[in-house]
Amino acid sequence: MNSIILRVGTRYLCGLLVLFSLYMLIRGHNEPGGGFIGGLIGSTGFVLFALACGTADARNALKIMPQNIAMGGLGIALLAGIFAAFFGDALFTGQWLFINETPDDKGIPISTVLFFDIGVYLVVFGSILSIVFAMEEEI
Amino acid sequence: MNDTATAMHPTGNGLVGLIPVGIALLLFGWFLSLAPAVADGQSLRLVWDWVPSLGIAMSFLVDGLSLTFALLISGIGALVLLYSNTYLAGHPQFARFALFLTSFMLAMLGLVLADNLIGLFVFWELTTITSYLLIGFGHDTTKGRRSALQALFVTGAGALALLAGFILLGFSMGSFELSEILAQADVLKAHEMYLPILILILAGTFTKSAQFPFHFWLPNAMAAPTPVSAFLHSATMVKAGVYLMARMHPGMSGTDVWFWTLTIAGAFTAVFASILALRQTDLKQALAYTTLMALGTLTLFLGQTSGYAMTAFATFLVVHSLYKAALFLVVGCIDHSTGTREADVLGGLGRAMPVTAFAAGLAALSMAGFPPFLGFIGKELKYAGILAIGSEPFLFAAALLTANALMFAVAGIVALRPFWQRTGVALPRKPHEAPWPMLAGPVILAVLGALFGVYPDLLQVALVDPTVKSLLGSIEDAKELKLWAGVNMPLFMSIVTVALGAVLYLGHKRLRPALGRLVDAAPQFDNGWDKFLLALKSFAAWQTQIIQPGILRRYIFATFATVLVALGGTMIARQAMPTWPDLTDVTFQNIALVVLISAGAILTALTSSRIAAMAALGVVGIGVAMIFIVFSAPDVAITQLLVETLIVVLVAVALLRLPVLDENGRDHRPLDAILAGAIGLSVTLVLLAVLETPLDLRLTEYFEVTSWPEAFGRNIVNVILVDFRALDTFGEIAVVVIAALSAYALLRTTHPRKDP
Repeated sequence: MNSIILRVGTRYLCGLLVLFSLYMLIRGHNEPGGGFIGGLIGSTGFVLFALACGTADARNALKIMPQNIAMGGLGIALLAGIFAAFFGDALFTGQWLFINETPDDKGIPISTVLFFDIGVYLVVFGSILSIVFAMEEEI
Repeated sequence: MNDTATAMHPTGNGLVGLIPVGIALLLFGWFLSLAPAVADGQSLRLVWDWVPSLGIAMSFLVDGLSLTFALLISGIGALVLLYSNTYLAGHPQFARFALFLTSFMLAMLGLVLADNLIGLFVFWELTTITSYLLIGFGHDTTKGRRSALQALFVTGAGALALLAGFILLGFSMGSFELSEILAQADVLKAHEMYLPILILILAGTFTKSAQFPFHFWLPNAMAAPTPVSAFLHSATMVKAGVYLMARMHPGMSGTDVWFWTLTIAGAFTAVFASILALRQTDLKQALAYTTLMALGTLTLFLGQTSGYAMTAFATFLVVHSLYKAALFLVVGCIDHSTGTREADVLGGLGRAMPVTAFAAGLAALSMAGFPPFLGFIGKELKYAGILAIGSEPFLFAAALLTANALMFAVAGIVALRPFWQRTGVALPRKPHEAPWPMLAGPVILAVLGALFGVYPDLLQVALVDPTVKSLLGSIEDAKELKLWAGVNMPLFMSIVTVALGAVLYLGHKRLRPALGRLVDAAPQFDNGWDKFLLALKSFAAWQTQIIQPGILRRYIFATFATVLVALGGTMIARQAMPTWPDLTDVTFQNIALVVLISAGAILTALTSSRIAAMAALGVVGIGVAMIFIVFSAPDVAITQLLVETLIVVLVAVALLRLPVLDENGRDHRPLDAILAGAIGLSVTLVLLAVLETPLDLRLTEYFEVTSWPEAFGRNIVNVILVDFRALDTFGEIAVVVIAALSAYALLRTTHPRKDP
């Protein structure tokens, strides 16, 4: 699809969509969002990129092969689950660390649950892109 | 075999070859140290928890029966490993071979020692797999691959039946511990599931121990290197089935069906196999068929419950392992030295290979049942045991006598002729004596056969009595092992056996053509196997043609038609038709959504433009997303919207390649519309029926209450996904990755790769 308007628009839209997807990912634990939704939004950014500028450019912009992103995400999710074993808990039990915790405020939470969600994000993101890119390249 | 390699590696393969021998010797020593306690009537039990929630433990039991097997496995294992270190010296894949053989030995030890049904099954399958790898060690030949696969399929299929039998047994008896199950023999024998359990377990043991009609894989398994045949296919693995029948004997024997099945299958296999053995000219094949005969005999005795039969079983088990392993190893030496195993070619080796000839002679005398060898005692006991059978003893005695006479002849063919008879035919290589590591095995095993014959008390106290105790529960029924039991019926039968055997040996060359005609006239199981596989493949091809003709629309039609029949059929069968719902709460907003979705669906079905159909489908999807928003499920709504968007993109990309819609005409549309309408109607009815039952809110409440305090999250959907049900989510994302990779692979393989 050769459209100058779409191409220029995509430059901004793609970045915005990825940024928004990260926002959705992080807020997911308390507000609507999460890794699955974040991954879907992020992938639409690059799907748009591929439609406007071609898959070759999209692959270049992504740097890493989407299949590898998906498999890396699966690995991160698995590691986040196995981490619980170091504390004698059952597989995939969430482990939490609260930075600057005070009696009133929980502070900044870091958890294996977040890493698990990041893994989900990467799996969804990478899987969709590997299918879409491959289909586009077929044509 | 490679003689130069042997010369270059006088110690075989270095540490790689010696470590397994060390492992086997250590195990043998450990088992030997347990022997005095077991001979005293004690048994040792070791337990580790494995899957406690399912009642599965790694429990091991050392009693007379399992110790006898463990000593045979580790002892013969050590000798065979030492032997193969030289036999396969310099072989490029020796390390792999040593690994397979050692793994097999450990799996086999686990099998005979396991006291838990599931543990036993796991080891059982491990022996199947390692056996497959060992038979297929020469995987560069078609024959090797076919034999390995055949053994795997036959024993693997039996193992599945065995697993079913074990599960049935475990649930029927309320325990998976063998010792607990066998302690309630009366309950088991009276249980309504006794017959199914028996059939399933026997299916496993008969395939593993190659009883007729599953016997055909064992002679083919001789494609394996000779040490493997000596170890797996004579002394140990094929006896796993016999072991299991012996293990189950206290709990399941004594019924009519047990007696007749084992006795008839055993007797038939024994006679049938020994006739085939006489016909073989390849020494290894001849030994393979006599192994079948031995397995048949052991099965025959396990069908009984008398003290004589059990003593005969325990003795013959040891006798056979000793002489058969020795003879296989001798055949390996002959092959290694002369380059052939053909009985018609071999002759006059006695001068060149005196030690081999000595070992072969001792082993063969034991096999033929001459005094003062252990084989003689074994034979006397077998005759005493067979005469103790309750019904038709003379029929079975005649069968056993025939089989023994044929064994006598085969012993002569394998161990006498190659060494002491001159054939005048030139050998492929000039014979020479085998190196000592290859002689150690046959000599030690053959000498043990003679030693135990002269001092039968040794064997009686250490192994036979404890084994009989495992089988019958008490040691009193064990009969005495002695060389001279007086002038009685077994002695008379022995004399007849020797006379008949001598006649068969002298006339075996003239008998062979007649035997060949007889065997050729009988059904050929090995060819039947090939036909069975071919039929299976053509059936698969035929049903694929019917179910998957390659037209996507028909797949979808068939899938949805099946769903409709299942849904509608269930609704009607269960009489679950819902009543007309109460519509008073329906708002204008709801009606508008319904109208939007219906309009989208109707447009999709009627339009002749692909783009329009796709956009209309998008409308349906967005309408569904709006329903989620109205009923306050924002997470689901967002996901639905995003998925809709991506689907439109994907379909649009794919559409560019597709031909014009309806190029095959629109005849199928009315039928499709009816099917779609019916599916929609039945799903609606199912949902209405579901709504009529009160909604169980316990889970929802649980998650609402615990989400924040336990998982520090306010978005319940997300907390469930990443915390409470994280394992499920992990499974789902693994599926997503697999689907993406498969789609990628499919897209890439249909066309040659383009340069990016």
